[in-house]
Amino acid sequence: MTIALFNPRTTFRSPALDRLQACLQSAQFPRRVVGLVRHLLIPLIAIAVFLAVWAAAAKNIQTSLGELPGPRAVWQQAVSLYGEHQAERAKADEFYARQVERNATKLAEDPNAEVRVRAYTGKPTFIDQIGTSLLTVATGFIIASLIAIPVGIVCGMSATLYSALNPLIQIFKPVSPLAWLPLVTMVVSALYVSDDPMFAKSFLTSAITVTLCCLWPTIINTTVGVASVSKDLLNVSRVLRLGWFTKTVKIVLPSAIPLMFTGMRLSLGIGWMVLIAAEMLAQNPGLGKFVWDEFQNGSSNSLARIMVAVFAIGLVGFALDRGMLLLQRRVSWDRNAVLR
Amino acid sequence: MTYLNIDHIGITFDTDHGPLNVLNGVALKVDKGEFVSLIGHSGCGKSTVLNIVAGLLTASTGGVLLENREVNEPGPDRAVVFQNHSLLPWLSVYDNVRLAVDTVFKHSKSKQERHDWTLHNLELVHMTHALQRRPDEISGGMKQRVGIARALAMEPKVLLMDEPFGALDSLTRTHMQDSLMDIQARLNNTVIMITHDVDEAVLLSDRIVMMTNGPSATVGEILHIDLPRPRHRLHLADDPKYNHYRAAVLKFLHERHAQPDVPVAATARNEAPRLRAVG
Repeated sequence: MTIALFNPRTTFRSPALDRLQACLQSAQFPRRVVGLVRHLLIPLIAIAVFLAVWAAAAKNIQTSLGELPGPRAVWQQAVSLYGEHQAERAKADEFYARQVERNATKLAEDPNAEVRVRAYTGKPTFIDQIGTSLLTVATGFIIASLIAIPVGIVCGMSATLYSALNPLIQIFKPVSPLAWLPLVTMVVSALYVSDDPMFAKSFLTSAITVTLCCLWPTIINTTVGVASVSKDLLNVSRVLRLGWFTKTVKIVLPSAIPLMFTGMRLSLGIGWMVLIAAEMLAQNPGLGKFVWDEFQNGSSNSLARIMVAVFAIGLVGFALDRGMLLLQRRVSWDRNAVLR
Repeated sequence: MTYLNIDHIGITFDTDHGPLNVLNGVALKVDKGEFVSLIGHSGCGKSTVLNIVAGLLTASTGGVLLENREVNEPGPDRAVVFQNHSLLPWLSVYDNVRLAVDTVFKHSKSKQERHDWTLHNLELVHMTHALQRRPDEISGGMKQRVGIARALAMEPKVLLMDEPFGALDSLTRTHMQDSLMDIQARLNNTVIMITHDVDEAVLLSDRIVMMTNGPSATVGEILHIDLPRPRHRLHLADDPKYNHYRAAVLKFLHERHAQPDVPVAATARNEAPRLRAVG
């Protein structure tokens, strides 16, 4: 139920860095300069070192698709992927412009003519795939939270219900998304039958798989949060004779919020990882499919493009986590809590 | 007629090592407007007595009568000032007191009256300068002031204080004792206070109830403090009567019911075990 916390002060020590820090502290630098060095310069140095090691190592690794791409090749592919995206957008815009023009002339000739509006059916670009993945993970995560938070609250308040549900939670929690995927695919195909589907089946399959994996951390943490309300505060509510509803809203929920958010952050992190794997395996649109397609494609650029996807996945995951953190800061009363 | 009658209460807890009789035949009658202190060594069951009066625990034998009605559940007529203040950390100072006011006077006071009553009680404890602060933004003494304001705002018939100043440093504690005496002079509440501090007990109380050591603790001796009010700690320091009372309590605690391992002044945690009552 805890996040593994990375504490730069204790986990990583190097004599050189220590000396640098000592030097920074002894010389009477203004605090702002010291802060700038610690929060900007040192991370930048670390990134530079990483890029150098990567570049050196990549040169010496030959694969069947050529040399492992270094930072330069990956950057070139990132630029080219963005270029392709813009080209595709331009093509789509042209297509729609032509369509409007064609329909307009058709209507001008014969006001009763039947005009058709068709969607552009180009290949989804890398940026489109990121969008699809984000939409899918958001859907799955929101569904999971809507289920998990009430279930967690009820479990936390009733020991009986908790002992009823706990075995199920514990058994389903460690299940990999890939085990769920075939089942979900079959169930969605069987149950979601519609001539004019609002959502693509592949979208539902991925979103539900994400939901199934997102549920557990939120349920468990919400349960713990609700169950561990301080006994003194509960005594306050007893002395005041607060009703069940007031007690829940005024005392139980606020004190559970920090752990609830911990659970939701864990869930979102898991959901994002799960989604990529699910898309890869099920050939659902999204970043996972992009990676798999590039792997199957096997051109000389493929590895570099996959590497771009790896960074995109990492950056998006990081952004999602920061987003949740910001939300937590806005919602939670506990401003002293260490948020990492 | 007795205002509050603690009628030979006893309580037995179910532990892993069999039943544990914590209190046995604790009897005490308190008059309206009286200030009574309970003093005794850690673990003797003082807090348990208070929790039974509050209704948070149920006595196994005997019972508590307040104005001739039996106490069997917690309620705002027996407001508790908890040792660790127990303010809701997500509410401001004002909102913490307001929650109690809104709950107790939901039907009997208008919105404006409840607002004024909240402010009035915070005024009593001199906390109006920090209305919008959160509990983690104010000092320990201030938190305890707000806790007292919250309890006073419920207009309790009996105010129960569980080592209210136990967690404070000694200088803050003396300030709080003086404040409490001021408030008591104005409101003349009926108070039961638990304390470890002999000076505090003598300074504040009309009567001091000294409890024997547990298990099966009971009332050992009751000391009437016949000192005129208002009392001033500096004047009393050389007062022979005051020193006589102090000595009497000290003798009870250290000669007749000595507990060599535990220092009296230790600000120990509540001794009320977190166990389920039997029966």
